Amino acid sequence: MNLPVLKAADFASDQDVRWCPGCGDYSILAQMKKVLPELGVPREKTVFISGIGCSSRFPYYMNTYGMHSIHGRAPTFATGLKSTRPDLMVWVITGDGDALSIGGNHFIHCLRRNLDINIVLFNNRIYGLTKGQYSPTSSEGQVTKSTPMGSIDHPLHPLSVALAAEATFVARSIDAHVKHLGETLKRAAEHKGTSLVEVYQNCNVFNDGAMAYAQERKQRAENVVELEHGKPLIFGTNNDKAVRLVGNHLEVVNVADVPADDLLIHDEKEMNPSIQMMLARMRYPEMPEPIGVLRAVQGIATYNDQINDQVTAAKAKKGEGDLQALFNSGDTWEVA
Amino acid sequence: MTASPTTSKDVQTVSGITVRLAGDSGDGMQLLGTQLTNTSALAGNDVATFPDFPAEIRAPRGTRAGVSGFQVRFASEEIFTPGDHLDALVVMNPAAMVTNLGDLRKGGILIANEDGFNEKEFKLAKVESNPLDASVIEEVYRVIKVPMTALTREAVAAHGLSQKIADRCKNFFAMGLVYWLFGRSLEPTLRFIEDKFGKKPDIAAANISALRAGWAFGETTEAFGESYQVEAADLVKGTYRNMMGNQALAWGLVAASKLSDKDMFYGTYPITPASDILHEVTRFKNFGVRTFQAEDEIAAVCATIGAAFGGTMAVTASSGPGIALKAEAMGLGMMLELPMIVINVQRGGPSTGLPTKTEQSDLLQCMFGRNGESPLPILAPRSPGDCFDIAVEAWRLAVECMCPVLILSDGYIANGSEPWKIPDVSKLPKIVIKHPEGGESDAPFMPYARDENLARPWAIPGTQGLMHRLGGLEKEDGTGNVSYDPANHQHMTDTRAAKVSRIAERIPDQDVYGETSGDVLVISWGGTYGSCHTAVRNCRNAGHSVSHAHLRYINPLPKNLGELMRGFNKVIVPELNMGQLRMLLRAKYLVDCIGVNKVQGKPFAVSELFEAIESHVSTAKDGKSKADVRNKAG
Repeated sequence: MNLPVLKAADFASDQDVRWCPGCGDYSILAQMKKVLPELGVPREKTVFISGIGCSSRFPYYMNTYGMHSIHGRAPTFATGLKSTRPDLMVWVITGDGDALSIGGNHFIHCLRRNLDINIVLFNNRIYGLTKGQYSPTSSEGQVTKSTPMGSIDHPLHPLSVALAAEATFVARSIDAHVKHLGETLKRAAEHKGTSLVEVYQNCNVFNDGAMAYAQERKQRAENVVELEHGKPLIFGTNNDKAVRLVGNHLEVVNVADVPADDLLIHDEKEMNPSIQMMLARMRYPEMPEPIGVLRAVQGIATYNDQINDQVTAAKAKKGEGDLQALFNSGDTWEVA
Repeated sequence: MTASPTTSKDVQTVSGITVRLAGDSGDGMQLLGTQLTNTSALAGNDVATFPDFPAEIRAPRGTRAGVSGFQVRFASEEIFTPGDHLDALVVMNPAAMVTNLGDLRKGGILIANEDGFNEKEFKLAKVESNPLDASVIEEVYRVIKVPMTALTREAVAAHGLSQKIADRCKNFFAMGLVYWLFGRSLEPTLRFIEDKFGKKPDIAAANISALRAGWAFGETTEAFGESYQVEAADLVKGTYRNMMGNQALAWGLVAASKLSDKDMFYGTYPITPASDILHEVTRFKNFGVRTFQAEDEIAAVCATIGAAFGGTMAVTASSGPGIALKAEAMGLGMMLELPMIVINVQRGGPSTGLPTKTEQSDLLQCMFGRNGESPLPILAPRSPGDCFDIAVEAWRLAVECMCPVLILSDGYIANGSEPWKIPDVSKLPKIVIKHPEGGESDAPFMPYARDENLARPWAIPGTQGLMHRLGGLEKEDGTGNVSYDPANHQHMTDTRAAKVSRIAERIPDQDVYGETSGDVLVISWGGTYGSCHTAVRNCRNAGHSVSHAHLRYINPLPKNLGELMRGFNKVIVPELNMGQLRMLLRAKYLVDCIGVNKVQGKPFAVSELFEAIESHVSTAKDGKSKADVRNKAG
């Protein structure tokens, strides 16, 4: 059977997109629409579930099945759906406030269960929809509407949280780096298990330029290192810098100054997440921030497979459930 | 020795017995009670039970707080409650005796484990001297002191167990003695021991020895001159089994899933007294049941909604505190107009309240405990066995209306048990569900188009051409697009309310026990059915004009209820809360209602309801109050 060839436009719903002009969300939406036709999954088999926040309006703009749910809980709706309908491709669209603050609990549990879904976390380090309060990823000292003297919260780092929860796929990309974003989303979709993609996304109204060091093309080369499996972590405008492991920490070196064997080679398939965690902890401005796939390990059972395998195993062992037999099992008596 | 020996002593036939077994929370009293219940049911008696246990798994040993009790009434007539007063009380220690003796009727049998009565235990129970030695005790009750611990040790000595393990067998000794006293067969319990301890043959053998020793003690001791026999009850013809409320809910759910040809998803978070439903349904994986023990109550209900979106029969259950956490998502379920069942097995509140004690105080929470205008259908089972029918009915209404349906059970029903007539599965009506079929056309699908029940189509992901987006933002009628239009919000609010209220057209009229007009109408709901029914029956036997209407549908109420209420001079509403149904009835029908209310963690005694109702009969005879007459005119 020949499946119809879909285009990006086929995935657009008839709804007007209502994000602020210049919002980074547009880029993510565009890349998603571009990537989906390449995956070969029909529109009707694709479901977007979101929580609350600017990012969470996303499902309304996709011509697929979708659910705009309640704040922070999107992974839980996805759990019920994917557990009962493993045939569907399920995407969770969430933001830093949604996933890490009110939904922190569910975020962790979804990752540790390894439900076979894809979570795209739009991180703009601010609350946009509620008009500019600080978020769990906002920098210490950040002055916002709710923190006039500066935030006193230590920020939470989504990739570190994900690795701590033993997530099987952990990646980061950037709204403005469209090619990289598209490729990363595609890899996430192809992963079996929960995939998390953190996307640096600019809120040009309430936190404009907070991640300009990574988003702007001119600065990016110096401040971001693109991870590639099996390759050294080389970066810099002239590809002259690299990261190496010394003792129990990472440091930046000039490529010219050290033997090639000294450079850290990225291994996304390593089951032990210790070095991946060190990568997740590289922060601007002391270190280049990694983008790409930090971790992609295979062979770990998914929640949806296991919940369904138990049903299959129970049927194989006991036979298809028989109500009348159940009712008559155990101690019964007759009244004549 | 045969499996079930027969007594050579005199046997006295009685119509019913109420017995309570009470001991420390580690003494195995719940097991003993469950076995006695099952054995009595198998003997053909009607049975009703009331387990009563502390919230702590192991409350401090020997203290009053740690007393665990199990009351069972078995009778040769139809009964609706586990009884007000005890004919026999078995106590394993002083704390159990002092906290339960008040319920033993004069002349009743008190069986005490003498070995549990020593200085250390008196101190733990905070009694100054041995309560068994009080002269008044022997005068009022028939006291049988049995050194159960010593006799049990002796009986199981041959099995070479440690003393600690040997002592644990003493509940089986007590069981054997109780079985002798009430002429119960040992066989079902012998089978139970084989099943439960089959992999530990020494423990099984010791428990069997203890059980038989208890029986032999009754037969040989001079303390008992005779035993008692309760004939089989005259129940409707059929095959029966003993059924607990939570078990019946679980079985009703799996039946509903089969009758609608749907797999079930059960998302929940453990909470007393609802957890046993999870324990039961998770055994039914070969029926296509998937259970999800979530990280919290919110995840549980949200996963349930996710499963409903996918086209599965979706259920979540909790108790009051968990329902509070689920409230926002229940509102979403209502906005998404997806079918699911939400079960609240109520317990004493507010907050953590009384986790192991019963109450009916979540009615208004379930009616109104969500933001915005958010009406949902509410059903309430009246007894353990009725939980089965209510579960099936809840699912039928959920798919007919496309909305969450609430079931309000309670701890008393959940843990209580009664004989349940096994239905013929082939005669249970099917629940027909039709998901709309898609097609290749890209014409916009109308996810909020409505049928005659005002239900929208249950289009499920995977269906070609029906792609749509749901969400908690107000939906435009028909298209389901987000809409802030003021008139549309009014229209959708009205529609959702009408959808629920129209259920009244499809449910039976309220039935009445007694005449449809008269002096007093008693209106009850939920687990107080048995006490209210028995109290009304007793009032009627005393010649009073009293009728009883027990509600199984709470929202919407049966459409004849207002007229029915106006046919009586007085309406009395007993509830294990401070007047929640009464408030709803007054508000809806403008008919005055008199409350009989208590929140003591205990069910109503029949006698207290009888007195409360009777006290209003004479004034009700004087005729209607002016207010009622005015209401009727209006």
